[in-house]
Amino acid sequence: MPANRYNGFSDFGIGIGLRVPHYQHILSKKPVVDWFEIISENYMIDGGRPLHVLDQILEQYRVVQHGVSMYFGSPERGDREHLKRLKALVKRTKTPWLTDHLCWGSVDGRYTHDLLPMPYTFEAARLTAQKIREVRDFLEVPIAVENVSSYAEFHVSEMTEWEFLTEVVEAADCGILLDVNNIYVSSRNHNFNPHDYVAGIPAERVAQIHIAGHSKFEKYILDTHDHPVIDPVWKLYAHAIELAGPTATLLEWDDKIPSFEEVHNEALKANQFIAEMTVAS
Amino acid sequence: MNLLEIQRRLFEAVVQPLTTGEHMQPRTRDGKPMREAAAEFIKPNDRLSSFERLEIYNRQYWFRVLDALDEDFSGLRAILGRRRFEALCKAYLVDCPSESFTLRNLGARLESWLRGHPQWILSRPGLALDMVRLEWAEIEAFDAAAEPVLTSQDALASDPDPQFRMQPYLQLLRLRYPVDDLLVAIRQDHSDGAMTSNAISARKPARVHKVARQKSGSVLLAVHRIDHSVYFKRLEAEAFTFLSALQDGKSLSVAAAAAFEGHVAPESKLLGTVQKWFENWSTLGWFCRPQSASSKFTSS
Repeated sequence: MPANRYNGFSDFGIGIGLRVPHYQHILSKKPVVDWFEIISENYMIDGGRPLHVLDQILEQYRVVQHGVSMYFGSPERGDREHLKRLKALVKRTKTPWLTDHLCWGSVDGRYTHDLLPMPYTFEAARLTAQKIREVRDFLEVPIAVENVSSYAEFHVSEMTEWEFLTEVVEAADCGILLDVNNIYVSSRNHNFNPHDYVAGIPAERVAQIHIAGHSKFEKYILDTHDHPVIDPVWKLYAHAIELAGPTATLLEWDDKIPSFEEVHNEALKANQFIAEMTVAS
Repeated sequence: MNLLEIQRRLFEAVVQPLTTGEHMQPRTRDGKPMREAAAEFIKPNDRLSSFERLEIYNRQYWFRVLDALDEDFSGLRAILGRRRFEALCKAYLVDCPSESFTLRNLGARLESWLRGHPQWILSRPGLALDMVRLEWAEIEAFDAAAEPVLTSQDALASDPDPQFRMQPYLQLLRLRYPVDDLLVAIRQDHSDGAMTSNAISARKPARVHKVARQKSGSVLLAVHRIDHSVYFKRLEAEAFTFLSALQDGKSLSVAAAAAFEGHVAPESKLLGTVQKWFENWSTLGWFCRPQSASSKFTSS
């Protein structure tokens, strides 16, 4: 199950995000890490230190690209310059698959730099799937789309979020980057059972799983990636791999970043759930 | 309401500046109550109204873009003061919302916007503009391409009047104030500030005042890169003119003529000067291989 056409038939295990505070540790100590996820936009540049570090990482490690600005749900067609830069990076990293979010963030050529929620309509699903196909055809690499955390719902929505995700990935024939922390955050913000979400998506399309921590406020939860993973999210993770099989898993930790070891050890906790699932099956 | 209409409405609400208390504005730009506007397309839940749900995105947007400018223009912030700087950034972002997929480019239009809106930098216009130019040049120098460096084996000698290609990361700035020194001092204060206390916060304005009081002159600067770190290098007037001409694609003889226009020194002395410049700048890797020779290499 883990190797499928949505993740380039790869066999990736547990990885962590490549972040600036860990550069020196990784390059000098060369710790054993199965793979790193990079934020594509940080390396879609012409030169300088970020690309120099990336090239050193690529000599030692497997890397998967994760984007934050493709905005599959935005109405504009993909920006040509953006796509060309992304394709150049794909060639550099040889990422076996590429991920970005099921969201929008720009309109009329103006950008919010946020992952804004989609209205769950058939029109939105059709337009989004069309854009995913166009981007995949241009980049020539499998694409998996990630469910985002959200804080708002729209009156016009015609289906649940997981039905929308299914509608999009089946119309686009692409993979899913299942973020179980985002499912948890949205389930608390919108009052649904997160396990219904996990059970409601086509498990065979899951190319990768994200785990992360979040911040709890009085009336809502915010996806902040600045804490360890909480137990209910690990339970969702266990549920996801029960359905999808042991899948490439990535811990996101983007703010108040602790030591490399702390982040890596937190990610490696996923192995325990994979082992339990393997024993049970 | 179709997808595009929803996205336009949400976008307009999200990019509208927050109130002084960092809440969403009570009215839309066209004067409609925001609660009404939000309720038209966003569902409330049992804890949050439509307005409050939309406000989460409105706040996130402003915190994110202001943080990005704060990080990129710490020198300008030190010159203007935090409150004035933040107000300036808000006004800039209202007029110039991001048009790029990357936050790296958020400040790309700040200099030209400030030239059209000098009221934001009235107290120290020249100093502020110089600092913005320097901080933007630093961003460009940090991640612009580096091409293979010209070597002595490269066949330039066959051309009696060669053109030299300069590294894309090299930025040349003609400034009026020594903002390079000021920026280094501000950053030093900032890093010291993590360990010490009040003395640092008092020193920063003093340094700014000192530079601002200086009679404006001519500071000629190269912003460049060595081993992936950005450095500032002061240049003499002739060297700056010479380099600028080469960067504009002028031939060696045209650049030299521009640099030494009006000079009466013997030709041998001028040639010696040019030779020293070349030795120094070649060591720094500022010259690229000719296009034909470098085309087989990839940049990094």
